[in-house]
Amino acid sequence: MDGMTEFRTIVDQPYEYLQKLKNRSGKKMVGYVCSYTPEEIILAAGAHPARFFGTKRQIHLADSHLQSYSCSVVRGVLEEGLSGRIGFLDGMVFPHTCDSIQRLSDIWRMNIPFGFHLDLVLPVKLNTSSAQDYMVDVLKKFRTDLGRALKADITDDALQKAIQTMNAIRQSIREIYEMRSRNPRLMSGADLYTLVRAAMIMDRERLASLLAQTVSEMKAGAARAAEDGSLKRLVLAGGICNHPDIYPMIEEAGGAVVWDDFCTGARYFAEPVSEEGDPVSGIAGRLIRRVVCPAKHAGLDRRARHIIRLVQEHNARGVIFLLFKFCDPHAFDYPDIKKSMDEAGIPVLLLEIEDPLPGEGQLRTRFEAFLEMV
Amino acid sequence: MSEGNSEKEKRKIKSEKKMRDIMTAYYIDAKTARQNNKKVAWITSGGPVEPLIAMDIIPVYPENHGAMIGASKMGVDLCEKAEKMGYSNDLCSYARSDISCATVNGGPIGGLPEPDMLVCCNNICGTVLKWYEVQARYFNIPLFIFDTPFCHTEYTKEAKRYVERQIGEYVAFLESVCGFPMDQDRMKEVGRVSFEGQKLWQEVLDTAVHKPSPMTAFDAFFHLALIVTLRGTQQTIDYYRGLLAEMKDRIEAGIGAIPREQYRLLWDNLPIWYRMKWLSQKFAEHDACLVADTYTSAWCGAMKYIDENKFLDSMAEAYSRIYLNIGVDEMANMVIAMIDKYQVDGFVLHSNRSCKPYSLGQFDIQRIVEKERNIPCLMIEADMVDERSFSESQISTRIDAFMEIIKDRKN
Ligand code: SF4
Ligand code: SF4
Repeated sequence: MDGMTEFRTIVDQPYEYLQKLKNRSGKKMVGYVCSYTPEEIILAAGAHPARFFGTKRQIHLADSHLQSYSCSVVRGVLEEGLSGRIGFLDGMVFPHTCDSIQRLSDIWRMNIPFGFHLDLVLPVKLNTSSAQDYMVDVLKKFRTDLGRALKADITDDALQKAIQTMNAIRQSIREIYEMRSRNPRLMSGADLYTLVRAAMIMDRERLASLLAQTVSEMKAGAARAAEDGSLKRLVLAGGICNHPDIYPMIEEAGGAVVWDDFCTGARYFAEPVSEEGDPVSGIAGRLIRRVVCPAKHAGLDRRARHIIRLVQEHNARGVIFLLFKFCDPHAFDYPDIKKSMDEAGIPVLLLEIEDPLPGEGQLRTRFEAFLEMV
Repeated sequence: MSEGNSEKEKRKIKSEKKMRDIMTAYYIDAKTARQNNKKVAWITSGGPVEPLIAMDIIPVYPENHGAMIGASKMGVDLCEKAEKMGYSNDLCSYARSDISCATVNGGPIGGLPEPDMLVCCNNICGTVLKWYEVQARYFNIPLFIFDTPFCHTEYTKEAKRYVERQIGEYVAFLESVCGFPMDQDRMKEVGRVSFEGQKLWQEVLDTAVHKPSPMTAFDAFFHLALIVTLRGTQQTIDYYRGLLAEMKDRIEAGIGAIPREQYRLLWDNLPIWYRMKWLSQKFAEHDACLVADTYTSAWCGAMKYIDENKFLDSMAEAYSRIYLNIGVDEMANMVIAMIDKYQVDGFVLHSNRSCKPYSLGQFDIQRIVEKERNIPCLMIEADMVDERSFSESQISTRIDAFMEIIKDRKN
């Protein structure tokens, strides 16, 4: 089975994969919902971190806990928990993110019978020294709490090793992104989506070696493939992207997604953890330096500047924002970021994503119109 | 059965006028701050205002302003303006109306005075962080974020250390914006006054324990303005002393807030500002008095953590553990304590589209209340400022049905 087939199988049937992984490796399964989760600490505890993104099914059970005006991510994750479909989890970790995840954590703790439940109450501002110290403090607390919940000893050595594994993974995905940015024909947008998503689900050791293999295959391919100057290069931005179908639509309309600012995309592999010094401080340092999520504060224009820089670095012609309906942090950021884009002369398309997506025809038309404009 | 004018007059709370006068004077003061060389800070409703008072900075509350916008039914217009600016109509309507109001100086008082600084404490929600970032960019002024880690199940020692350090940073921030040091004695005094004000406010709310209750939650929503905006001033103490005395007199004279109090109810979440009168009449027609609510007590609910003589130090914990910064189960416990204390027959929950931290979790609270206290509960879907989310006929029918259940149970 080649790498991409393996990634695809995992993304198609993540629960089957995780259940098998658990049976085979005996590892404890720890779920999470936010990219600020320190996966290194979970790995160092000998456990396996797996991210959850929502549900592919109809939401019923969660409706008696969460109002219709909460986003489909929190409702979907709760649905998966209440249905018992992810009952194989040994625990769930909730980093403090937005108001909705904050309440999801409470509701989970009060209603889900299986596994442990841990809050990781991260700072909301990241740009002061007291916040940075607090980041280290809560991660240390998390190390203790998690060790207790998993009855595991989390050693510095294990942390160092996990940091190396995660850094290698991040580095490989970055290389893949970069090669693809130079020549988008090397891998379809949907495949890249699948790869990154699988990365957040699958065994990290296996992932690291599969990625290394993918990188070298791509390098060989890159030498042969001709670059295609006719593609209209785009950046996607938003929170989670749960919709692989949009990539072929964009590609068929003559576009190519060359980079993104998603927490299920480039934010996942942004910034390595320092391999020198105290490992927990290193992990904290990464979370502080990393591209910021709109639920955190690191200055007033960090995100706008970041997205503009992405457009420039990757020579993109426009940005498509995919925002979830009812996602407050992103909805608050959008108008000012749009203004900055306008000032920088960067065309923007906003898609407010409701679950399910608007009809395919409608989406296609919007992509085509936008691509014609850029 | 309508009551005569003299009955109505008797039932009217006399302090109301004084309150209106104080608020008018306060807004005039704030709006003329520049002429008087005073600085203005916009601050979130749950934010630590006492240091501002001690520094002679005039605190202004966009959320109080939002309530005024809602009550004067100007919310829809301003919210629509914000939507034209690109803000989604799913965002908090306080934030939406404030963001658009700042650009047009609209609303009932022609806009808020321009701020010299912004103070944002996220102990009520993450919305205020985003909202204040927007305003900090718009006005291009300094923003201080007072970050109070959420207390799902505990106030950790790590959080304590972090919040306590921020008190020092906050004072330093104010000193640098103002250009003079804080007077520590003044700060201590303001702290004592704030504590005293909170105590009095709690005592005012406590008078609703009496049957019939001398005040309703709708009255509390109105009289709340001072503990929010002028906490830490002598004026607040004087006012609440007067109000408390009036409530005691009413109890003495057997004057209830509504003509015939047969049923007592508890309210959850923010008021529906543009339908206060309609709702209070609606419930009164059923002889039901909303005697208490979870919202107005949020401004005195964390008093147990305050040391009035060491206000600045102890405020870290008090501001971290307010009603909206704690877990849903702890909120449910507080609701149950209120049900017992005020002896209520039913629980009305406003599921408020604007306010996710207050509303997500309400279904669970409702279930806990039904299980633990076996009283009828009613959930109303609406929004505190944006009238477009209010369906009068539907809510009216649901209130009628709910009251029938309560009546059946009681009789
Ligand atoms: S950040 Fe937005 S999309 Fe993510 S859980 Fe919160 S509201 Fe939902
Ligand atoms: S209404 Fe809710 S979301 Fe809006 S500012 Fe108040 S606490 Fe925050």
